[in-house]
Amino acid sequence: MKIALPLDEDRLSVCPVLARAPYFLFCSEGKENIEENSAAQAQGGAGIQAAQFLVDRGVGALITPRCGENSAQVLKAAGIEIYKSANKAAADDLTAYREGKLEALSHFHGGFQGTR
Amino acid sequence: MKIACLSGKGGAGKTFAAVNLAAAAGKCRYIDCDVEEPNGRLFLKPEGLETLTVSALLPDFDASLCTGCKKCVDFCRFHALVYVKGRPMVFPEVCHSCGGCALVCPAGAVIEKPRAVGVLEQGRHGDVTVITGILNPGEASGAPIIREAVSRAQGLSILDCPPGSACSVMESAMEADYCLLVAEPTAFGLHNFKMVCELAGLLGKKCGVLINKQDAPYEPLESFCRDAGLPVLERIPFDREAAECIAAGEIAAEKLPRYRELFIRLLEKIGGGA
Repeated sequence: MKIALPLDEDRLSVCPVLARAPYFLFCSEGKENIEENSAAQAQGGAGIQAAQFLVDRGVGALITPRCGENSAQVLKAAGIEIYKSANKAAADDLTAYREGKLEALSHFHGGFQGTR
Repeated sequence: MKIACLSGKGGAGKTFAAVNLAAAAGKCRYIDCDVEEPNGRLFLKPEGLETLTVSALLPDFDASLCTGCKKCVDFCRFHALVYVKGRPMVFPEVCHSCGGCALVCPAGAVIEKPRAVGVLEQGRHGDVTVITGILNPGEASGAPIIREAVSRAQGLSILDCPPGSACSVMESAMEADYCLLVAEPTAFGLHNFKMVCELAGLLGKKCGVLINKQDAPYEPLESFCRDAGLPVLERIPFDREAAECIAAGEIAAEKLPRYRELFIRLLEKIGGGA
């Protein structure tokens, strides 16, 4: 299953925001790759656009510190599991995920702009 | 003739000016475009109300026709559409009802369906036809209601615009023949007044200024108007009697002769006199 994580500028730490994270880390069958997030600069609807990006990449599980309502609606419709990030380093989150130590994300915040 | 009352800052006296202009004019239309909180009707108390539902179009998708090309999703600059598990999905509160998705769909799978976003209320206050746009709570954009309200303008029409200088103000003032800029002689008032002046300038509108609640001339406002070539048409003093009128839900131009004269004079200066 393909796992995704929002990545910060340093390409190592988990980004505290999802939709406007500069990068996404994808991990599938032990192989990792980093892609730029095309939604990061969106004027509005970034959450929706970022979620579409993850759906298009065939992601099965997402690890993130936060997730907005709009993104969540798209991700849930696509059947993507959402876990709460518990570490600063993306690598540690991936390990925790494999060990089954991450909890499902249960709180989804309203948007910051563009929508409420 | 359509006269738009604008101010930038809220509470400067747009509704006071618009309602009193309408009352002084006698036979005219008063159109409340401040659809998020229309309050002209508190003073004009229209009778014989008729209500009309205003809708905005929202795309719906015929799954049997959709080929999954995602042209609609790529076209939507507001990112209101997503394509998940073989079907497009719309976020109603993000959609701006532009109709672009239906235009670009090569399969004719997008059907636009009306969705109620508010109402238009119409009634009478003497010879004044009172039209009020009311946005449903929770809706993101009042533009469809403002458009519908402004389309009701006929003969002399006073457009009571929303505060600020954003999209809803632009929508309200776009069709106006004249912009009456209501200025509050304070630093905050002037700051937002400059923004709304810039907007009126961009729209290429003829403008005049009504300074409200003035105890002494506020020099920064005076010099701004002078430098911008904006005529100050009238000045309303900081007046307890006018404030009492407003607090009681009454119209100064109907209660106090000096206000009736002032607003008739203002109307003549604008060129909307009967």
